[in-house]
Amino acid sequence: MLKQIKPLQWLNLGLLCTSLAISSIAIAQTPEEKGLAIAKERKLRDKGWGDTESATKMVLRNAEGEESIRKMRLKALEVQGDGDKGLTIFDEPRDVKGTAFLNFSHIHEADDQWLYLPALKRVKRISSRNKSGPFMGSEFSYEDLASFEVEKYTYKLLREEVVHGENSWVIETIPTDKFSGYSKQIIWIDQSEYRVQKIDFYDRKKSLMKTLSFLNYRQYLNKYWRANTMSMVNHQTNKSTDLITESVEFRVGLSDNDFNKNSLKRLR
Amino acid sequence: MKNRFLHLIVAKPWLVLLVGILAVVALSYGGKNLYFRGDYKIFFGDDNPQLQAFESMQKTFSKNDNVSIVVEPKSGSVFNKETLELIAKITEDAWQTPFSLRVDSLTNYQHTEAEEDDLIVDYLVSEFSDVEITDEMIEKTKRVSLAEPLLVNRTISPSGHVSMVNITVQLPDKLDQTQDVVEIAAFVREIVSKYQAEYPEVNFYLTGVIMMNNSFVEESQGDMASLIPAMFLAVLIMLSILLRSVLATVATLIIIVTSISATMGFSGWLGMYLSTATISVPTIVMTLAVADCVHIISSYYYNLRQGMSNDQAIEQALEINFSPVLITSATTAIGFLTFNFSDVPPLRDLGNLVAFGVMLAFVLAITILPAFLKLLPIKVKKRDDSNFGKMEQFAEWLIKNRKLVLPASTLVIICVAALVPLNKVNDVPTEYFAEDIQFRYDSDFMDEHLLGVTMIDFALDTQEASGINNPEFLAVVSEFTDWLRAKDEVDHVISLSDTFKRLNKNMNGDDPEEYKLPEQQDLAAQFLLMYEMSLPYGLDLNNQINLDKSSLRITVTLDNIGSGEIVAMERDVQNWFADRSPNTKVTAASPSLMFAHIGERNMQSMLTGSSLAIVLISGLLIFALRSLKLGIISLLPNLAPAAMGFGLWALYSGSINLGLSIVTSMCLGIVVDDTVHFLSKYKRARVLGKNAEDAVRYAFASVGKALWITTLVLFTGFMVLAQSSFSLNGDMGLLTATIILLALAVDFLFLPAFLLLVDKKVYKIDGESEYVEANQASTVA
Repeated sequence: MLKQIKPLQWLNLGLLCTSLAISSIAIAQTPEEKGLAIAKERKLRDKGWGDTESATKMVLRNAEGEESIRKMRLKALEVQGDGDKGLTIFDEPRDVKGTAFLNFSHIHEADDQWLYLPALKRVKRISSRNKSGPFMGSEFSYEDLASFEVEKYTYKLLREEVVHGENSWVIETIPTDKFSGYSKQIIWIDQSEYRVQKIDFYDRKKSLMKTLSFLNYRQYLNKYWRANTMSMVNHQTNKSTDLITESVEFRVGLSDNDFNKNSLKRLR
Repeated sequence: MKNRFLHLIVAKPWLVLLVGILAVVALSYGGKNLYFRGDYKIFFGDDNPQLQAFESMQKTFSKNDNVSIVVEPKSGSVFNKETLELIAKITEDAWQTPFSLRVDSLTNYQHTEAEEDDLIVDYLVSEFSDVEITDEMIEKTKRVSLAEPLLVNRTISPSGHVSMVNITVQLPDKLDQTQDVVEIAAFVREIVSKYQAEYPEVNFYLTGVIMMNNSFVEESQGDMASLIPAMFLAVLIMLSILLRSVLATVATLIIIVTSISATMGFSGWLGMYLSTATISVPTIVMTLAVADCVHIISSYYYNLRQGMSNDQAIEQALEINFSPVLITSATTAIGFLTFNFSDVPPLRDLGNLVAFGVMLAFVLAITILPAFLKLLPIKVKKRDDSNFGKMEQFAEWLIKNRKLVLPASTLVIICVAALVPLNKVNDVPTEYFAEDIQFRYDSDFMDEHLLGVTMIDFALDTQEASGINNPEFLAVVSEFTDWLRAKDEVDHVISLSDTFKRLNKNMNGDDPEEYKLPEQQDLAAQFLLMYEMSLPYGLDLNNQINLDKSSLRITVTLDNIGSGEIVAMERDVQNWFADRSPNTKVTAASPSLMFAHIGERNMQSMLTGSSLAIVLISGLLIFALRSLKLGIISLLPNLAPAAMGFGLWALYSGSINLGLSIVTSMCLGIVVDDTVHFLSKYKRARVLGKNAEDAVRYAFASVGKALWITTLVLFTGFMVLAQSSFSLNGDMGLLTATIILLALAVDFLFLPAFLLLVDKKVYKIDGESEYVEANQASTVA
């Protein structure tokens, strides 16, 4: 699932790739071509991360300022040529402990999703077209957390500006899937490492709905950048959610066998 | 001091005019700060406990300000291709509504069912309107919706003849949301008018909190656009009849216009906003200002006819009217100032502004008005006033028949006043609007055919994270839901216990036997998690569950019952939980509940306010009349009209809303004027050595006509207000007009008859003829 890691990872593929990419961006003419070229480069730089295992804390806040915490572990597997695979195991709240969510992300069709319910000791498939809904009552929807794939959007470079102290491209992206909950997103991608710094989400009526900020980026394996904190603020409801990565390990040796219906039941 | 001041006005009219106009312009300039607030929240102070509970609940869960679109196909059923298509189209368009958070309809309802071992959560009809609706889909929609407690009696009527699309909006947190409300209403109306043209076989109705707020705005503007001109017209007609002079009418109109604009400008300087209540200020100030002017101009005319010079006539008119007009303005202002006891901010504003306006009108009437009279070339033919004869005839008739008049009038007063307890405090916000207003019509339609617009949210707080998944708590919720549904006045209940039962059934292969609550907490929690993960944008459970799942919200929709019943319902619910589940913390909140409580509380505080008004005004009278006895006697004609007015109201309507709660205080300040005039003349005759009979004759002869005239002016003014489309203002105008009329009857019949009975002793003769009025002036000025 929960390639919540994914959007964080824009990598740097080394000097060669970088120079190639930059030259392709330079060649691009229209704002649309430039936007697409940047998106491709963003994807390219994160290529090859393999698999990860991480522990994550989600802090939910309502307009009253009350907080609630969810804890979960995430396993993710990079899939070439399609969306990635993800597995989320819930640890808190206690009454959903051990519940596990398996997600096969797809580029051109609806994701495949299963949920293992330990209280029932059964795996249930769930309809996943509704990817626009909130994840665990938070301000994140699945689609915010799903793996980034270039084909999911159309692009247009709007301008350049400094955000979080980084010179960034500001790109308007429009989802190609009509089941998306958004009419568009405005994305700030820094020019130094092709990391997403900020995203503004516009709802279906084209009003600004949420802003996601990527904070405390760290580099892993000398290559892959991950934001330690993803902070989502809903401007309409004044609710917010922070997604905080407590630990992350790369290349722990996960394979397809760890991401199937049977593997769900083996989890603890 | 007074005389020197009055002389200055006549001596230097240009100076007075200049200073006066400058002051008026400076005050009026504040009008630039005025803005209109149309939302219902203005009726509640920031510290109102129900408002605070409501705000807090909205922050904990989600907002539920809404617009409802009800569709009624003339075919009598919504279960056909055309209507479902229409609902899907409206649903899709409704998502485009500014500030919308969620849209609930028959077509986008998230239906859950088992399919082999999987849970299917999907749109009952379709997310988008561009799908082909098959007979099979129609049949399924009918079967599912009519059996689903979440939908039936809310989204769909049990007979399937009407269906509702509900749009929940989240207005930005700011003080003045009027523009946003108007924008939303305009957008939704646009949707409806589009489909009205396309689907002539379908009736559409628009209601909900947003439409109510919008109607507050529209009808207030309508009132301002119709009542104020109507009032000007009425004033013009009255003045031209009473004054028979174009120039005098112009002078009076100038006083009215300057009083109103300075008063409204003053409110702008104070940072006040216009509201449904304060839009009555111009009409009321106008009414009271006219009365002042008429008194002064009548005397001025009288003096001219008596052959006085212009200057002399003005000075004399001011001289004899200064004190009575000051006293009556002061008593009226006191009555309005006691609105400060009200719990409703706009009513406090109304009271303070009118009080300010009345005193300002007094000042302008004794400064600018005489200055105009001096400068304008007013000519009056010398002639005798013949009307005095009629008043004297009436006095004779009364003195002759007093043995009949007193018991008869007493009996009528007692009998009518005895009806007062039949009135009930009742604040139903939709009923603030007249029945011919579209919003009221649509709301009544929805109440009759689908569900009421009265709503209460109950937050059930387990005070423990994840507590809502606890099977024991869920059992309580389920019982509570059943208990609510068994009540006659309850139309619909949104309860998570239904959702849990449905999920339990779905997770057990849709076995109807399994339509019951999950038996373990982890099972319930995991079913809920799975369901939540399957819901799309805008259709989540955040409106029913709080963050840490310690609290859930039950939404109860009721028939349009009165505020007393709503408060009783809230109490019953608290008692039910105290008995059945004392650990659950129950909070009730909703606009309906806020209005229900404010009505009751405001009535209590306005009773205090009215009592204080009685004490203050009677005290002022005792002081002004220099007679404890007359002061106490005056209580009867001062209070009887209000008592009778409310008695008649019990026969006419019987329900007392916020607008009526202020009537007693207001009327007291106004009707006391009649008594002041009558008793002061009566006493003047008595201290000159006349007996009660002659004093009554004198009082009728000297102020009888003036009382007729002011009563006519005030009655007309408040009858204009009674035409308001807001019952809040309209009822207040109607009842006040009635009471003013009754006050004249009481002062003309009961009061003199009563004086003749009880005031038989001989007064100590006082040589000073101007005693009463001179004394009034020196003490109050």
